[in-house]
Order: sequence, then structure tokens, then C-alpha cells
Amino acid sequence: METKQDVVQRDARKADLEVQTAALIPPVDITEDDAGITLTADLPGAQSDTLSIRVDGETLTLEAPLSLGEPQDLQAVYAEVRAGRYRRSFTLSRELDSTHIEASLKDGVLTLRLPKIEKAKPRRIEVRAA
Amino acid sequence: MYPSLQRFPGDLFADFDELQQQLERLLGPRGQSSSIRAVQRGTFPAVNVGVTPDAVEIYAFAPGIDLASLDVSVDKGLLTIAGRRKSTASEPADKVTVYARERVDGEFRRVVSLPEHADPDRVDASYGDGILKIKIQKREASRPRRIEVKDAR
Repeated sequence: METKQDVVQRDARKADLEVQTAALIPPVDITEDDAGITLTADLPGAQSDTLSIRVDGETLTLEAPLSLGEPQDLQAVYAEVRAGRYRRSFTLSRELDSTHIEASLKDGVLTLRLPKIEKAKPRRIEVRAA
Repeated sequence: MYPSLQRFPGDLFADFDELQQQLERLLGPRGQSSSIRAVQRGTFPAVNVGVTPDAVEIYAFAPGIDLASLDVSVDKGLLTIAGRRKSTASEPADKVTVYARERVDGEFRRVVSLPEHADPDRVDASYGDGILKIKIQKREASRPRRIEVKDAR
């Protein structure tokens, strides 16, 4: 028979799991110019060795665990950020060259540059007078 | 002329937005008469506050700050964090299409009220990976101390 203590522990473990799988959706800025797309994402607490940038077919997925470096005995009093990781996906299009993505992470800001493949750069189309 | 519109009374998304705003007012930070300094969700920077036996630690999630503009001060039990975000690289205005601008830009200012036992003379602030960590030691007198119970027999 489950006692009240068991229920509290079960819920605590479930909450732990939820915190592990719940992810923050980082805000992004996306702009496009003739040469490609620039994506800037806010990932405070992300570090370059644990940041994962994956392209799977047409889907670009950014994922990073959040590390605060807090002491073991820290007890939360007030928390606006409760999830332990960032995750966001984007659907790319075929004219972007996903093999030449450039990424840099500084002060928690990730800047991604997705160049367009050569053939896809804009070309003027001559309009013939009929 | 618009028979298809009959199926969707008004703008559904506007109705949902209004519902969310009403819920935010009822259940949000100021809903149940909480701190007058409580902020709305999405305020920059987000802040987590924690305590250890001898200090109060504040973590502000502030990526891409212009460090020269950062001003952290403690006055009368209030911690103020103010500054400016590093402006995104200035691209030529023409021929650039903007698809998303979700990131907060410009100046920010946040005030957090500190518990009484935080000692404003012993504050340590550091910034790394976009997290501003502020550690304030507790006053000596307020650290937890064991009290020995003597046997009165």
C-alpha cells in the first residue's frame, strides 16, 4: 500500500525527470542576406563543449545543457528559469549549405551562419523585350 | 463576399491572447498580492535566487552584455542590475530580410530585494557564459548555529 511518503517521493522523482526532459526554448534572431542566413540565439549558461548543433536531413537542432556552476548545497528560493537544457529546431531549405555551417558561442550568445549553396545565390534574370 | 469567414467568428488568436493576458493577471506574479517588485514572465534578465548556509546567490541569465555598461549595485537591501546588451552586428540595412527578432535588445534594469541577513559589504560578482553570478555573504550573526542543550538534571 502506498503511504503518503511514497507518494511524495514518487512525485519528487517524476518532477526530477520532468526537469531533465523539459527544455527552454531560446529566443532567436534570424536574418537573411544574399549570401545566407544568420541565426543568433540566446543560450546563457551554455558551453561550447556541450553545445550540440545537429543537421538531420532538413532539420537543424540546437541543444545545450545549462550549467550554472552552483554549489552543491544551494537551495533555490526563487527561480524563473527551472529547466536544465535548451532545445530548439528549425527546418532548413535545400538552398542552404548545411555542410558549411559556421558557429561561434560567446557570453552565452550563439551565432550561426548558414551559407547558401553557390547555385542558389541570387542571379539577375534578364527580361527580354517580347 | 466572405462566406468562408462565417466559420471563424472574429480572430481566434486574438481571443486566445486576451485569455492568456487575463490568466496572467489572475495567476501571474502579481495575481495573489505578491511582491510589488515582481516582474512579468519574459523580463530580461531572468533571475534565480538561492541560499547556502553562509551566502545568498543570485544568478541572472544575461547573455551578450556590453560589460562596460554593466552596473551592479546594492543599496538598502535592494540589488540593482542594469546595463545594455551588445548590439547585434550592424548589417547593411538594404537587402537584409528579418524573419525573427525575439531577442531582447537595448538597455535593461532589474531590481531584486535581498533578504535582511545579506551583508552588502561582502558582495562578489562574476560574469561568464552569459550568466551573471552575484554572491552575497550573510551577516555573521545570522548564520545557522547549533545550540547545545545541556542536561539540567
